[in-house]
Amino acid sequence: MPINPSIIRADNLSLSYSSKVIWKDANFEVKSGEFIGLLGPNGAGKSSLFNLILGLSKPSTGELEVFSNQPKRGDSRIGYVPQRRTIDDDSRIEALEYVRLGISGTKLGFSLFKRAKHERRMAYQALIDVDAQNLAHRALSELSGGELQRIFLAQALVSKPNLLLLDEPLANLDMRREMQLIQLVGNIVRKQNIATILIAHDINPLLPVVDKIIYIVNGKIAMGKPVDIITSKKLSEMYKAPIEVIRGSRGQLAVLGVEEAMHHES
Amino acid sequence: MNLSIFATSFSLNLWTDFQNMWQYAFMRNAFEAGTIVAVVAGIVGYFVVLRRLSFAAHALSHVGFAGAAGAVLIGINPLIGLLLFTSGGGLTMASLGKKAASRDVQIGTVLAFMLGLGVLFINLYKGYATEAYSLLFGEILGISASNVLITLIAGILIAVAIAIMYRKLLFTSIDEEVAEAKGISMLGLNIFFLLVVAVATSIAVQIVGVLLIFALLVTPAAIAQRLTRRPSQGMLLSVIVALIATWFGLFISYYLPYPVSFFIATLVFMVYLIVRIAQARIFI
Repeated sequence: MPINPSIIRADNLSLSYSSKVIWKDANFEVKSGEFIGLLGPNGAGKSSLFNLILGLSKPSTGELEVFSNQPKRGDSRIGYVPQRRTIDDDSRIEALEYVRLGISGTKLGFSLFKRAKHERRMAYQALIDVDAQNLAHRALSELSGGELQRIFLAQALVSKPNLLLLDEPLANLDMRREMQLIQLVGNIVRKQNIATILIAHDINPLLPVVDKIIYIVNGKIAMGKPVDIITSKKLSEMYKAPIEVIRGSRGQLAVLGVEEAMHHES
Repeated sequence: MNLSIFATSFSLNLWTDFQNMWQYAFMRNAFEAGTIVAVVAGIVGYFVVLRRLSFAAHALSHVGFAGAAGAVLIGINPLIGLLLFTSGGGLTMASLGKKAASRDVQIGTVLAFMLGLGVLFINLYKGYATEAYSLLFGEILGISASNVLITLIAGILIAVAIAIMYRKLLFTSIDEEVAEAKGISMLGLNIFFLLVVAVATSIAVQIVGVLLIFALLVTPAAIAQRLTRRPSQGMLLSVIVALIATWFGLFISYYLPYPVSFFIATLVFMVYLIVRIAQARIFI
């Protein structure tokens, strides 16, 4: 086995709905243990890329390989946290039981005694990993947005995936919680060597942790190191409009002109 | 049926009391069918509440009313009519898509039509109004031995079906999106579950009737969900509440001349109220 096996490989991949092209000519590779930020304006097709990887939809043309095979739905090597919101208000199921479904939720029958205990122990360990053991017996409906994101993360991690897909986990979090969550994700995926793709709106919270980014805009996909992608030249090219990238003294990036560019586009 | 004519007076020795009432075949049938239905309704109800399908379950019982009334009209066992119609209704609801079961206006429209259809059938039957009455409000004391057997078979089928699909049901109830991404077919599972609800509703109608179906299929589960955080415990508690309500309802009605379904509905409502009040106090 190669030292750094390829987890995802896209070859001239394109996606369209009926006749509308969402994006095309995507060529990228995600390797084991890499942390990727997936960025781009709303509706650029970021979540659609996740759906392709999850095997929930098919690419229009091109090749997509996940674990060197065609993506197949229900691959237990993929941990997935969809974009969201809260959990149903009435359900008073505790966090631990919810996390446990990450291992047992797709199986037939039910587990009793020893097996149930084992599953609960694994779920508890996943909660410890995301620093949420104190939430184990709290009802999901009582948790805050940031707490829920950690529980979702624990559920995605409990089945010991090799690939983790996180869709906007930072949405609705304040800046402090944003930083905490991203640090947490960074630590876990480094420690457990999980390839991770994280969809976000803003590049800045990701800068300290990501290896590379994938940027989708105007039907084009670019992948590379943040310093190579988030530049005035590259983004202006992709947006087909003048975009300015300004670098702060602590490495923060401000991308200017995106609003106008998107406005112009539509 | 007014039972007080049978009743030997109530004694404090509950065992003698039970022995007294179990001398009568109709009481034995009632306890047997009631027990099976309470267990089934407790389990199925847990998922009905979790999946927010209580209105759909209510509607299915109304669909069943038309079926049962139709069966009465053509002279076959109403339970058969119930099963056929509720299953058809469940199947339709599930195949219309995953959000169909929660579309309350559409469901309500069909529900009203079905109830109307049932009224027509009952009217055409020109029989006794008691037929309609027992369908609407339940007639546990009139359950025949053969219906107990049908109830038992249906109950076992449901229990086995839920035991097999338990974890998938739970997963899709709490987190549809992830469950779907993990390869569970929502359509298949919805069809499966609404069929289970259809059968559960059909046998529960015998006990509490079409209009009081909530009392067994929803309230006990709602109580359990307020008190437990683990699904296995929740289901157990839901079953216990349904069982106690059914047994107590039967027990009391043996001595008092009021309908069993009234007692069952009242008992579960009381428990629900107490739980809500107690919890409100704790949280304030």
